[in-house]
Amino acid sequence: MIEFKMPSLGSDMDEGTLDEWLVKSGDKVTRGQIVAVVETTKAAVEVECWQEGTVSELLVPVGETVQVGTTLATLLAPGERAEKPARKRPAPSTSGAAKPAVAPPKAPSVRPPTAPGRRRWVSPAARRLAQSLGVDLDAVSGTGPQGAVTISDVEHASKEPAAQTAAKPTAKLSGADRAALMRKSIAAAMSRSKREIPHYYLAEEILLENALTWLTTRNAQRSIDERVLPAVLLLKAVGIAAQRFGEFNGFWRDDGFEPATGVHVGVGISLRGGGLVAPAIHDVPDKKLDELMSELTDLVARARSFSLRSSEMSDPTITVTNLGDKGVDTVFGVIYPPQVALVGFGQPAQRVCVIDGGIRVVTTVQATLSADHRASDGHRGALFLTAINELLQQPDLLEK
Amino acid sequence: MKTSYRTAVHDALRDALRDDPRVVLMGEDVGRYGGTYAASKGLLAEFGPERVRDTPLSELGFVGIGIGAALNGLRPIVEVMTVNFSLLALDQIVNTAAALRHMSGGQFSVPVVVRMATGAGRQLAAQHSHSLEPWYAHIPGIKVVAPATVEDAYGMLAPALADPDPVVIFEHVQLYNASTDVDVLTPTDISRAAVRRSGTDVTVITYGGSLPKALDAANELSLAGIDCEVIDLRVLRPLDDDTILESVRKTHRAVVVDEAWRTGSLAAEVMARVMEGAFYDLDAPVARVCSTEVPIPYAKHLEEAALPQAGKIVAAVQSLFGDQS
Repeated sequence: MIEFKMPSLGSDMDEGTLDEWLVKSGDKVTRGQIVAVVETTKAAVEVECWQEGTVSELLVPVGETVQVGTTLATLLAPGERAEKPARKRPAPSTSGAAKPAVAPPKAPSVRPPTAPGRRRWVSPAARRLAQSLGVDLDAVSGTGPQGAVTISDVEHASKEPAAQTAAKPTAKLSGADRAALMRKSIAAAMSRSKREIPHYYLAEEILLENALTWLTTRNAQRSIDERVLPAVLLLKAVGIAAQRFGEFNGFWRDDGFEPATGVHVGVGISLRGGGLVAPAIHDVPDKKLDELMSELTDLVARARSFSLRSSEMSDPTITVTNLGDKGVDTVFGVIYPPQVALVGFGQPAQRVCVIDGGIRVVTTVQATLSADHRASDGHRGALFLTAINELLQQPDLLEK
Repeated sequence: MKTSYRTAVHDALRDALRDDPRVVLMGEDVGRYGGTYAASKGLLAEFGPERVRDTPLSELGFVGIGIGAALNGLRPIVEVMTVNFSLLALDQIVNTAAALRHMSGGQFSVPVVVRMATGAGRQLAAQHSHSLEPWYAHIPGIKVVAPATVEDAYGMLAPALADPDPVVIFEHVQLYNASTDVDVLTPTDISRAAVRRSGTDVTVITYGGSLPKALDAANELSLAGIDCEVIDLRVLRPLDDDTILESVRKTHRAVVVDEAWRTGSLAAEVMARVMEGAFYDLDAPVARVCSTEVPIPYAKHLEEAALPQAGKIVAAVQSLFGDQS
């Protein structure tokens, strides 16, 4: 008898709500098959089953919230005969219901300051939506261009935004609920990180000329949907370097470092409406740039539509955060426990550099490493960062 | 098999000459030289000097001859090397070709096709690089089309020839070397805009040589979590309002990318129509990316700086998302 349990989809997850069963009793399950959808504070996650067998019994009904580790279903291994199982109801979670445990905070009743005499900026579409939802625009704070109130601001402020947008059955949490819960879980993970992990930080400026020239030439021979963006080169370089420097690729658990077998790079993706996820791209060093590009595009799209898979959520072995498109030069990241390292990239930009004794204007990017001092030391960290730099100077090594 | 835009234009001309004895090709250097952009190579040898004619350097004269030939039953394709040079023929196109049907009470029609290159990016300086197609799009009585893909480079010529009224075709100089995998090229249409990439967050509306840049920008933005819908206008006159408005009503945001200068541009017209037709669906001001208002410079770095580029499109799109991107 195989027990299929509620997986931990990240160190900050204590419980999950079963949204949907994609199998029923008697179905054959193959390794890696998606069998259920679980709602976490971050997303509706498609959960894979990693064992083969036949579904014997589904123990947790749709809509129930249970703790991580609770048996969700039993499977018969190939060749195993069914026996009468002692039926045991899983212990309901402490929060006990499908409803989120935390009530979303009420919209602040404080009116945002407006300059006297100036009409508040509300987009035409937001104004119309607010009218149809009965939302008081004076109580909504704007996050759009120049602080304007937009559709998503009105949806957040609305008491029942889900009713308006006809939420899909798998997305039971409203946008505002999810945002509040996600904030809470990010708070928990990041507090734990800063409380437990002695971070050290290193930074290095990397010349991107070779990489960009190589990429431009490569892309020129391809149609637009086959082109690869510079972000993918950075990912691949980190992946290969992490393979060589094992002490940055793995987990700190029970007072010891566990190196990971593969390199699964978590990619920080900020979500519209707030919040952040860092799902993994698997086996980065072994994949061609084209594969990485299409996986990255797919991952971003799915992260934004809240449809990630359990393996992507639970097993990144190192994280890359790329804040370049937001215009910052350097990012000093906070490690996502139990991982032990995070590589950050700022904005690639033209900067003045001294090269071979001369002054030149070249495109560079600031790479940073946040690493766990329990698992590694600054000396190795510097070598790791330098290895990333060197890989980016020989971009054809990244193609594979 | 990869087919280039240049080959597609060439094959369209060849097939038109082959399929209809009324079709003639005329213009500066289209015959012996094979076309300034090599689009008519070999056609003189295949069809002879009666049907593939080199003309003197006199745009006003040979466009007028083309119009006269069309009035008398032929289906001329007149190549005017570059839009900058076509200004010499504006009188024939605007005062004659576009007006005759209306001035004759419908007794005459002018089924002429005028092709010309447009746009910058090849360091051809200020007298060969401008994007003046919005001027033509201002004129009632003609159709104005801008093929941006290999498929349309081939496919728009046949419906243009079949049209009873004058059609002006703008081929962007930077597209001639672009190529795509296509099996068979077939006629397309000259009536609708096309959604080249579907998306949910913002509509990027463009045409001609800016389409590849817009698609590049959309790819880059997809990694920043912004899902762009990219519309290729294809037909600059009459504009396909339905496709534009349907998309903007879905995405609530619009950015127009137009290599012409912004003042009095086609971008301005598209923005105005979005305001007229979809104002209450907008969630952000409509933005645009146009060329800097200078005669297009010769120096490579200045030329690049003057034109719309993927990076500028990315920035314009992001500006519509405020703190939410």
